[in-house]
Amino acid sequence: MSPAGWEAVIGLEVHCELLTATKLFCGCRNAFGDEPNTNVCPVCLGLPGSLPVLNERAVEFAMRIGTALNCEIRPSVFHRKNYFYPDMPKDYQISQYDEPINVDGWLELPDSTRVGIVRAHIEEDTGKTTHVGGGGRIHDAAHALVDYNRAGVPLVEIVSAPDIRSADQARLYAAELRAILVASGASDGRMEEGSMRVDANVSVRRYGSDEMGTRCEVKNLNSLRSLGRAIEHEIGRQVAVVESGGAVAQQTRHWDEAKGVTVALRSKEEAFDYRYFPEPDLVPLAPDRSFRQRAVAGMGPMPAERRRRLVALLAGEVSASGLDQVATVVELDLDGLVAAAIEAGIGPALALARTANEAAADAEGTRHLDPGAYVKWLRMENDGILSATQAKAVLAELLDRGGDPAEIAAAKGFEAMAEDSLVAVVGEVVTRSPAEWERYCQGDEKLAQFFIGQVMKATRGKASGKAVVAELKRLSAGA
Amino acid sequence: MSLSGVSATALSLATDVRSGTIKATEVIDAHLAAIAALDGELNAFVHVLDGAAREAAVAVDRRVEAGEDPGPLAGVPVAVKDNLCLRGAPTTCGSRILEGWSPPYSATVLERLVDAGAILVGKTNMDEFAMGSSTETSVYGPTRNPHDLSRVPGGSSGGSAAAVAAGLAPLALGSDTGGSIRQPAAFCGVVGVKPTYGTVSRFGLVAFASSLDQIGPFARNVADAALLFDVIAGHDPLDSTSLDRPLVQVGPCLADGVAGMRVGVLAELVDGVDADVAARVHEAAEALAAAGAIVEELSVPEVRYGLPAYYLIAPAEASSNLSRYDGVRYGLRVEASDVAAMNSATRAAGFGPEVKRRIMLGTYALSAGYYEAYYGQAMKVRTVIVDAFAAAYRGVDVLLGATTPTTAFPIGAKTGDPLSMYLSDVCTIPTNLAGHAAMSVPFGTGAGGLPVGVQVLAPALGELQMFRVASVLEAAAPPTPAPSPPPQGSGGGVR
Repeated sequence: MSPAGWEAVIGLEVHCELLTATKLFCGCRNAFGDEPNTNVCPVCLGLPGSLPVLNERAVEFAMRIGTALNCEIRPSVFHRKNYFYPDMPKDYQISQYDEPINVDGWLELPDSTRVGIVRAHIEEDTGKTTHVGGGGRIHDAAHALVDYNRAGVPLVEIVSAPDIRSADQARLYAAELRAILVASGASDGRMEEGSMRVDANVSVRRYGSDEMGTRCEVKNLNSLRSLGRAIEHEIGRQVAVVESGGAVAQQTRHWDEAKGVTVALRSKEEAFDYRYFPEPDLVPLAPDRSFRQRAVAGMGPMPAERRRRLVALLAGEVSASGLDQVATVVELDLDGLVAAAIEAGIGPALALARTANEAAADAEGTRHLDPGAYVKWLRMENDGILSATQAKAVLAELLDRGGDPAEIAAAKGFEAMAEDSLVAVVGEVVTRSPAEWERYCQGDEKLAQFFIGQVMKATRGKASGKAVVAELKRLSAGA
Repeated sequence: MSLSGVSATALSLATDVRSGTIKATEVIDAHLAAIAALDGELNAFVHVLDGAAREAAVAVDRRVEAGEDPGPLAGVPVAVKDNLCLRGAPTTCGSRILEGWSPPYSATVLERLVDAGAILVGKTNMDEFAMGSSTETSVYGPTRNPHDLSRVPGGSSGGSAAAVAAGLAPLALGSDTGGSIRQPAAFCGVVGVKPTYGTVSRFGLVAFASSLDQIGPFARNVADAALLFDVIAGHDPLDSTSLDRPLVQVGPCLADGVAGMRVGVLAELVDGVDADVAARVHEAAEALAAAGAIVEELSVPEVRYGLPAYYLIAPAEASSNLSRYDGVRYGLRVEASDVAAMNSATRAAGFGPEVKRRIMLGTYALSAGYYEAYYGQAMKVRTVIVDAFAAAYRGVDVLLGATTPTTAFPIGAKTGDPLSMYLSDVCTIPTNLAGHAAMSVPFGTGAGGLPVGVQVLAPALGELQMFRVASVLEAAAPPTPAPSPPPQGSGGGVR
């Protein structure tokens, strides 16, 4: 939250690496974590005389992202962005400037607000510098090592409009964008591996004002958490500057995760003049309609659409917390399982809750489950064959070792109690506690928990709570 | 004093090697001997590939003995400009900053040459990073003109032009960004071809100005130039600006003549050049008319804007292309306290004054606040020139003009005056801006008996009509004196 009377204006610039097999302009492998300087060649090392050749797959992925972000996809031109940096082999970056491939789109957050997308353009990544020896930081390191494996890896840079108003919303935007990138198949969106990197442009203004304050760009945001913390801090810093009569200076600032503060890197006066000009080694990019159709063919619905579809399936059985659960299962790409379960007749609330909670705790494992087994597992609880506790134990085993849910339940001794024996146990328990039974029959439903507990004790947890309640209701109706 | 070595043509050498009449090893030995005898004076080569060339020649001879055909350039020595990457061989662009660097890969054109049976004989001297018109800015010192050792061979491909003129190699490759093949060809009395942009792969050509650079042949006659052009032209998937369309081989069409062809004598490339040069252009036009061409005079005033536009666009691209020489990965490194200081110290020590001048010009032209007025404006002028040429070519098939405003000038005459040096490319630059083809053909001599080149300009992919015109001009040309006398024994059994 911004300090009282103040509003933050935030735009995010997100770089995402594309999931191409090879780099943007050469045939080197695009892979994370390989031995340094093994995925390199004359082109991505920028050796004299080498020339770039555009990777078609990267263009397809960029088009997928543009489509997923509701952008206009246009003929585009590559430019050179010139500045000296040791991990940039040519000392210029091939990027797109005033004629990017994707423009004017929008992204819908789970709460249905829209954030504008100014552009989403293609560019090449740089290498990676590691400062070693001395203090290990840029200013006091003994020397630097450069790994060019990442140099030339294809990126799409997605620039949002300054439509974001809080640190929370910025986090939501980044999470939603990540889900969209994953759903489009273009990127894995892994912030921890640097395949999705976020910079935040932050300014503040008096609430109700239409003017834009002076903005600062905050870099080094390596997780959703640091994104939120850094923006929160930067808003506070800027408000404090203005409230104490100062003026915010236009700067690039670095987020120091350990200290929890942003630190000035360079000011507007020190900003680079990138001397953009059209890249003469590449021809303008004007893919025809059929190329674009091929590029987006097979791309599934995006998260916002999937949330809408799931809410429709839930048919009114969705509370406010249910909406959060919907967002969770979609973000984790588990919504297909929920839909499959509901269509197979599982209670929507149960299917959603189990998927958003227990299954979501191991989303990766759940995504690899056979959907049939998953539905079968839900059905056992849905039909009262397993108690909630038992169902959770069966899921854990299922995720751990795989197999058939019914067999796992049987192996654990969770075989459903025959209806007659359950009736007998419930009858016994009721008889043993006449006072409680009297109160239950007079409408004190809280006592159902008491009886369930008694039955569980008697059956050593084999009974289904649901079945117990059903029997209690049957008995009380007859009483 | 002047010099010459082996005089045999590439076509005759290739024919004789393929038929087994002569051995490739004899051919290369004769040329290596000529280089050993003459290059001390000329300084055409910065690196002679004796060992590798001889091995390649042995391999060619083995193939002939085994009944195979090594290809159209079998056993023909080819000299290559030192801005073409050859795997494992020094490639310096005449610059200190690339001292000691050998590329781990070869340029596409060199692969094509080797596949055609050619023998790469050495790397030739050039103006540093191809920036110059006299081959005087090289870190290896100036190359001398074989026709007059006190004069420049032209540039920037002066080493290649001089090597061919002096008989150190029958063929050579150069690169032409604003005239760097045609201008030295004219000064040295040889044929020099700037092909249509995109016809010859640039992969492995160390870039000067990427949108203007094009590799092309040097030869002592038009047929040899055609032979080399036909080998190096063609699509290359490694060069995105390479044209992907079927090319017509020019070699078989050289004798087709010019009857009925429409030739425009371009006023802007004749008026204002030295009288002796202009006279040769008019004689060339008369020779074409006599051979049945329809000759007219015409004017394309817009080409006058070529020079100023070029000196914004080429330095702008160069300033970016030459950024990578930063001391981090290869070539020269001058150690300093931090990376930025190391970059500066390396570049200050590694680049010569002309390269620095153009980097500064180009950086300025692209800077925020100046881009529109300089680079942006120059690109508009470029479009204007393209359109003006297109209009002219609606009425004629080729254009004719001088290649250079003067004949070869004395070494040192223009080194202190960059502007007058730049003006020596005034006739050649418009073709590069348009991306068209043009070639220089020796046509008699000017004052002092120095060679004069006449330039044939053709629209994009107009090489066929261009070579046909060149062939007729060659046949009609007054004899160009061979650099002489040949030193004793330099030619061996091969003359």
